[in-house]
Amino acid sequence: MHLARPCHLIVLALLAWLILLPSPVAVADSQQLRQAAAGLGGQSRAEVIAAIEDLGRLGDPVALPLLEALQAGKLRLDHEGRPLIVEEGQPSGQDAFTGETVPLGGDLRAPLVNNLVRRSLEPVMARLRIFSPDPGLRLTAARRLAEEPPEAGQAPMLTAALEKESDPAVRQVLGLVVSLADLKSPDKARRLAAIQTLGASGDTNYLERLKPLTQKDPQGQYLEPDPEVRQAARWGMQIIYFHTLPADIAQCLFYGLSLASVLLLASLGLAITFGLMGVINMAHGEMLMLGAYAAYVTQNVFRAWWPGALDWYPLVALPVCFGLPALVGVALERGLIRHLVGRPLETLLCTWGISLLIIQAVRLIFGAQNVEVANPSWLAGGWQVGQGLLLTYNRLAIIGFADLAVLLVWFILNRTPLGLRVRAVTQNRGMASALGVKASRVDMWTFGLGCGIAGLGGLALSQIGNVGPELGQSYIVDCFMTVVLGGVGKLAGTVWGSLGLGVINKVLEPFSGAVLGKIAILVFVILFIQKRPQGIFALKGRLAEG
Amino acid sequence: MLARLMAMHSRRAWLAFALAALVALVLVPALNLAVPAGWPLRLPDYLVPLLGKFLCYALVALAMDMVWGFTGILSLGHGVFFALGGYAMGMHLMRVMSGEGHYRSQLPDFMVFLNWKELPWFWQGFDQFWLAALVILLLPACAALVFGFFAFRSRIKGVYFSIITQATTFALMLLFFRNETGLGGNNGLTDFKRLLGFSLSTPATKLGLYLTTALVLLLAYLACRYIVTSKLGRLLCAIRDGESRLLFLGYDVLRYKLFVWTFSAFLCGIAGALYVPQVGIINPSELHPAGSIEMAIWVAVGGRGSLVGGLLGAFLVNGAKSWFTVAWPELWLFFLAALFIGTTMFLPRGLAGLKDLLPWARRGDSTEVRR
Repeated sequence: MHLARPCHLIVLALLAWLILLPSPVAVADSQQLRQAAAGLGGQSRAEVIAAIEDLGRLGDPVALPLLEALQAGKLRLDHEGRPLIVEEGQPSGQDAFTGETVPLGGDLRAPLVNNLVRRSLEPVMARLRIFSPDPGLRLTAARRLAEEPPEAGQAPMLTAALEKESDPAVRQVLGLVVSLADLKSPDKARRLAAIQTLGASGDTNYLERLKPLTQKDPQGQYLEPDPEVRQAARWGMQIIYFHTLPADIAQCLFYGLSLASVLLLASLGLAITFGLMGVINMAHGEMLMLGAYAAYVTQNVFRAWWPGALDWYPLVALPVCFGLPALVGVALERGLIRHLVGRPLETLLCTWGISLLIIQAVRLIFGAQNVEVANPSWLAGGWQVGQGLLLTYNRLAIIGFADLAVLLVWFILNRTPLGLRVRAVTQNRGMASALGVKASRVDMWTFGLGCGIAGLGGLALSQIGNVGPELGQSYIVDCFMTVVLGGVGKLAGTVWGSLGLGVINKVLEPFSGAVLGKIAILVFVILFIQKRPQGIFALKGRLAEG
Repeated sequence: MLARLMAMHSRRAWLAFALAALVALVLVPALNLAVPAGWPLRLPDYLVPLLGKFLCYALVALAMDMVWGFTGILSLGHGVFFALGGYAMGMHLMRVMSGEGHYRSQLPDFMVFLNWKELPWFWQGFDQFWLAALVILLLPACAALVFGFFAFRSRIKGVYFSIITQATTFALMLLFFRNETGLGGNNGLTDFKRLLGFSLSTPATKLGLYLTTALVLLLAYLACRYIVTSKLGRLLCAIRDGESRLLFLGYDVLRYKLFVWTFSAFLCGIAGALYVPQVGIINPSELHPAGSIEMAIWVAVGGRGSLVGGLLGAFLVNGAKSWFTVAWPELWLFFLAALFIGTTMFLPRGLAGLKDLLPWARRGDSTEVRR
């Protein structure tokens, strides 16, 4: 039969399809279009919005240039209600539907446009654009539609668009949009299928859409009458949660790692002064605070004199943040701490006094309020690795910075003459002195080094948190816990201690809240030290005697 | 009996003690009640609770001195025991005024505010004074016993012990700051009305509370003095000066340390309970680690290992604090810092150490800290 020829079949199928569809999709009657467009000249905004909705319902992409012009404020209506697109300063305009050039004359009306109208314009344009020949435009439009829940009435039009769609990326998004619309469909099978599609997408944005299906209204009736669909919705949500699990874990680990780096930077200096020298420096937190304020001052100096180079202030702040606390540390060691050798409890109280002194001095100079240290632009923003996983640059920088600091300290202690002397004095002070090491000089440099490293920690802290006079006080307990947990006198112990505390803290946070998590960790450390007073890495042999 | 009393103090010291008791128990009330208003010698009503507050601090200093001055254990967590006693008293005071709060509810105001419907389990029974008193006497002591047992058993000493007590204090402060803990969160417990039927706002009740505190302090002083002049006291000093030697001599050091630690917490809890009705509020700021360290400086200023020194230190430092925070609030922390640094650097035995400079000083009191 000659009817079997493929092109005829296609024509037949198309015809059947057009007839069967409840609403016209592709080609609307131009008369209807013009009628709807004339409504744009309405006296009230409600009329304008209704006209826009009408245009959208007709579903003909021909209306797109008109709507775009409306959005751009270039649409005018002549006295017959004919929509014209006008350019500023041109003598003629174009018919919005046919594109023919029309000389301008007579009185032209601009449609009433306000934010409300513009807001209703967006989804309508997106609905029309999914028929656009440009796949890029179709994709944007489909994404736009996925943001707002489409009405159930739009499902046929969207389904039609989906069936026409050839681009796989657009198909995928469009499929989700259809499913979103189908969630409200009266057909149970369509609802179930929609839930399955949304669940499989693994996108957390759809959790909010699935949730109502499992909930009750204020009268205690389920919003979704069918128990099977309710169950499916529950499953769908579980599947989405399951999909986001790896990203959540990765994000959690990332935050844990960055917290661990902060802890490490804060406690590394303490690991030197307390761990190696055995000096209980309660003013250690204030060295952090001084470092942070040094960063603040450097930033302000740059802002005042070299605003163009403001982005690079952290590089200059590095030596400043190290130097100032180191100088203060050397002064403290020479002036006070060396006179308290062998009396650790007195050292503790004396350094606490020093910390009060520094806090109050800073408060008088800079005020009690927090000061603002801005991230340089190259630390702002982050690296979006995938859905739900954002690695911010400032935290990445801190992780890297902490690693560098550990390397620096390791290098100084193990590969320089100062480090050799520090280790000698730590292990056997008398013997080191007898061999010509100036022990008191070494003490001074070691203490300065520890305070300087704390200052670097302060610089890092200033990039991720508030800088205020009480900055150090909030870290001092954590720092001591880290050093004691890791084992006094061991750098590796401090690294592992801070890593453990940081990651456990962030892992606990979602379950127990920030405060309870912190309490749990403190309790854990206290119990751990009861069981193993030497920390994770115990010194062995004679050194353990202390 | 008499011999034991004479062993506690010399005749002259007993006389001084009787004089101090007379001043605290008779002279102060007399100056407040008998001297007509407007006379220069009259003690104004507002000073009575302030004195009572100082007496509570002095009791804490006594407790600190027992563990630090005599046994050599520097606790940076005595604020915990103080706050536990204070909160127990505060809970009782909140319960006896049920129905009279701002919301006229049977529940404490903050629970109404948090939309709680019933009393948490640990608030049950606190309307009974005897139960509250029992908790005040036992809870801080029990907490100290448990904590001390684990800490001393694993031979945590010196600065490690200090750091751990500080961390515990910090953790508890975070806990008490939470609303969900059920102890008033940030604001703590306040707006108390009456204790044992006496309105807390009348001067007579305030004087009564002051007298109770003074009496408790005098008794506590005698008890502490009794302990430090006994064989037990000798052992405590021996622990401070050479714990390992004592261990090798066959003494069970754990028991003595545990005793003095628990006793100290017990005194601290009572101090907290007496403090709350006089000050009218208890909140988590009492648990701030800085507060606990300040307790150590009272003793350090007065002189470790001398009970009178500790009392003196508490009065002097807190008197200075009251004066500074009114006159030059921004200078107070500098003064406090100077106290910390100055005492540790130049006056390791505190003010009590100065008495050796006096011409009639009797040297060789073995309870004092030597360098």
